[in-house]
Amino acid sequence: MKCKPCGEPAVIEVRRHRAAFCKNCFLHHCHEQVRRIISSHSMMRHRERVLVAISGGKDSLALWDILLDLGYNADGVYLGLGIGDYSDTSREHAEKYAAQRGAKLHVVDIPADHGFSIPDAARATKRVPCSACGLSKRHLLNRAALDGGYDVLATGHNLDDEAAVLFGNVMQWHVGYLARQRPVLPETAGFARRVKPLIRLGERESAAYCVLKGIDYIVDECPMAAGNRHLRYKETLNDIEERTPGAKSAFYFQFLEQMLPVLDDVAAAEHDLVGTCSRCGAPSSADVCAFCKLVERATA
Amino acid sequence: MQVHLHNPKRDVEVAGPLRVADLVKSLGLNRESVLVIRGDSLVTGDATLADDDVIEIRPVISGGSR
Repeated sequence: MKCKPCGEPAVIEVRRHRAAFCKNCFLHHCHEQVRRIISSHSMMRHRERVLVAISGGKDSLALWDILLDLGYNADGVYLGLGIGDYSDTSREHAEKYAAQRGAKLHVVDIPADHGFSIPDAARATKRVPCSACGLSKRHLLNRAALDGGYDVLATGHNLDDEAAVLFGNVMQWHVGYLARQRPVLPETAGFARRVKPLIRLGERESAAYCVLKGIDYIVDECPMAAGNRHLRYKETLNDIEERTPGAKSAFYFQFLEQMLPVLDDVAAAEHDLVGTCSRCGAPSSADVCAFCKLVERATA
Repeated sequence: MQVHLHNPKRDVEVAGPLRVADLVKSLGLNRESVLVIRGDSLVTGDATLADDDVIEIRPVISGGSR
């Protein structure tokens, strides 16, 4: 198989683009996909301070690497979840990358700073661990961005993540969630601007990027996530993608183009309901925000 | 060839020569969900793997909260 841009031997094919790439052209392709989405959605400017949410996995490290390569002023923040060896190993990968790149990495450790772990929270709330984890990440990453004076919080959500979330929201017709599933959530009172610059890359591409760049990421899956609904949706979508290359991209990007404008009023109405948490001051539609309630139950 | 797999971690022996796409299919895997790595290099689906190659099939799907 030959590289489509230059004709040299290819190392990876991307079937939805009907293309294969050599190492150098593939890395350029990844940079271009991120550069284009940042530009088309006005995600960030070069003079702004960017905080990248780093898990130690392929997507967040690929995103950080690409943003640094593109010249953005990007620091990282790692969130320690207290998931035993998995958290220890993922933190090592995050710190190793930061040291190699000479980049600044903030560390927020939930057990040390808030007195509970994600497994504790899952037990206390009798909900799946991913629910407590997602809630904690949204709250603490936003707080880290605001406290650090960053202009924008960037997360490593890729095309597969967004297509799977969209699939799940459509299956349940969660109209409110659909209205908020945007590549950019602008800054509002109490919320940092939140952007997803990796959505033009599938996770096979972000993994390949790390392999080709020599970025040492944590390959093992989070032990708490095994068998969850999100993974099943991804498998279903990949079954479709294997037969119809480009299906995931069309599903997601046509949603952005055709459906999101229809949902603008829903998003605005939901935003009007947001008040302030009486305990921590974070935005909340209830008197006490979901994160403060989670801390209360997990540390009881 | 020796094929290293994840989730769960295990090694299997597969006779070569064999095309990458055929190896992935014979293991019941979706080619959209994995990378195939020979040594420290990625290989495309049409590449032929030799009997003495050492191969890693690395999953790329990650889940949980994002």
